[in-house]
Amino acid sequence: MKKSNSTFYLLITPVLLWLLALIVIPHLDMLFRSFRFETDDGLWVFSLNNYLAFFEDSIYWFTFVQTALYSIGVTILAFVVTFPVAFFLTKVVGKRYSSFMTLLLLIPIWIGELVTVYGWMILLRDNGVINSFLLKIGVIDTPVEMLFTNFSMTIGLLYISMLFMIVPMMSALESMDDSLIEAASDLGASKWTIFRQIVIPYTTPGIVSGGIIVFMLVIGDYVAPNILGGKSSLWFTEQIYNKFLATFNWSEGAAFGFLLLLLSSSIVWVALKLSGQKLDKVGS
Amino acid sequence: MKKLVIVGAIALSLIASGAMAQGTLRLLTWKGYAPAKLVKDFEAKTGIDVKITYSNNEEMIAKLRATRGAGFDLAQPSQDRISFVQQKFPVYQPMDYSRVNTGQLVTSMVDAVKKNSSVDGKGYAVPFCYGTTGMIVNKKNAPEANDWSDLWNPKYAGKISYRLKRPLLIATAFGMGEDPFALYDDIDAYRALMKRVEKTLIDGKKYVKNYWTSGDTQVAIIKSGDADVISGWDGKGWTLHEENPDIDFIAPKSGALGWIDTFAIPAKSKNLDAAYKWINFMLEPENAAYFTNQEGYGTASAGALAFLDDKIKANFSRSFPPADLDNIKWHPPVPAGFEKIESKVLDRIKAAK
Repeated sequence: MKKSNSTFYLLITPVLLWLLALIVIPHLDMLFRSFRFETDDGLWVFSLNNYLAFFEDSIYWFTFVQTALYSIGVTILAFVVTFPVAFFLTKVVGKRYSSFMTLLLLIPIWIGELVTVYGWMILLRDNGVINSFLLKIGVIDTPVEMLFTNFSMTIGLLYISMLFMIVPMMSALESMDDSLIEAASDLGASKWTIFRQIVIPYTTPGIVSGGIIVFMLVIGDYVAPNILGGKSSLWFTEQIYNKFLATFNWSEGAAFGFLLLLLSSSIVWVALKLSGQKLDKVGS
Repeated sequence: MKKLVIVGAIALSLIASGAMAQGTLRLLTWKGYAPAKLVKDFEAKTGIDVKITYSNNEEMIAKLRATRGAGFDLAQPSQDRISFVQQKFPVYQPMDYSRVNTGQLVTSMVDAVKKNSSVDGKGYAVPFCYGTTGMIVNKKNAPEANDWSDLWNPKYAGKISYRLKRPLLIATAFGMGEDPFALYDDIDAYRALMKRVEKTLIDGKKYVKNYWTSGDTQVAIIKSGDADVISGWDGKGWTLHEENPDIDFIAPKSGALGWIDTFAIPAKSKNLDAAYKWINFMLEPENAAYFTNQEGYGTASAGALAFLDDKIKANFSRSFPPADLDNIKWHPPVPAGFEKIESKVLDRIKAAK
């Protein structure tokens, strides 16, 4: 009994240390900081001013809402784009090819976000690969402006987050018995009915956990909005970055950080409620 | 997940830096300010290991502020960004000018930087290099662009780019015929001026292709042909000129903005010896000239002129006819609280349609 007890403590110590030192303490520090406000006399007082600053200026509101909407949009797009791929890789193509293709899909992650983003710049610019090709085959006369718009930003965000949608969906699809689909089609169900009533309900935990990861990655991303986004693209992380680095107002930055945490957590919570999923089930 | 990775990396780097040996110089500087050849020479000469971290003004202040001046032995902030930072968060230590070989430097620059960086009568910095922010223009497509006001000129619609940061606000004010530096002691007048600057830039936003965000994106946007008239740094413009003679740096008629980057020592520097050695080494005439020949920026080293390449000298005389040279507006120290006003203005311009 005593022995197993000490093993238990031995194993739990690293976890607790990790949680405490790298997550709980920094967040408490930020929370504390977000309530500190410097008066004109240079005194630090406890105050809600940092949070009020967010509500006073409509720019922050506007950016906040736009970031949330785009993040939800990218998450939905990621599902639409990757579901056929995940289905193809698990149910249609053979096991051997499937693992090879999955490996290929992972390559962009090895390269790193910044490099892939620069790659998209080369593709999308006015005299870039896509425009040159379209001009050459005569589809367009003048280059289509794609880079530095909300379109290029969305593409970039989608590309860097897609994989995190595919992997959980594939593992959900893999565990699904093919005979379920066969039985349904034997009984005369249409393809749409099979998709809606068998495949989707079965993979919902995978979709939701993939969705949460994608949403979190996208809403907290800085590189793609900053480099691919246009002159009017706004992203809330940029506002936080500016608070810390341009105006040196760490307290307001901390407050904004917490508002972002609050926003993303509540959106995830609503999504879980709507899809009828439990966090512990999705997380496993 | 991603955040965890970043936190982990930071923790590891902290551990690594704690274990560092005595003979190391941890330098916080800009890209290009420590050319590989000079680093190698310095290491061979002194036996000191040089560890370089690249940064910019904003990040430098944030990094040093986070550690209260620890983690680096030497930093290179711009001269106008030292005194107000030092007053608020003491991240630097006073410069010991007796340990700097000031004899090899341009005296007027040393004095100006000492004055501008001083807090309570103590100077905090030594000049390293200087340059100007002006315009980089593709002369084939925009032969007449020569002033800040061309950054909102409908003639160049869709071919304009600049960095949406504080130097642009200053430049816009000059382009509108105002003098923002004269209002540095009158915060209300400055706020009103910034309102007018904001309006000009929002009205002109429809002509802008994109805002560049770094030295690399600055070069890329004009090199690729996405823009013809951009705000930019002289060194970058001259490098581009070598590759493509159509592109060149131009000092705007209403005045290029002059900056001086310095050496300043963080409060908790662990290797003062190495820091002063590096300062004196980098400002030796031959080494300073090597830096200028590489990067194109002017140097504070007095004797370097003799070692400069002809094409570098040609750059200065081509872009700065005497009248424009006299008209350079040198950044005075930024008063506290001004960046807050400017940041709101920048936010609103970015958010405008």
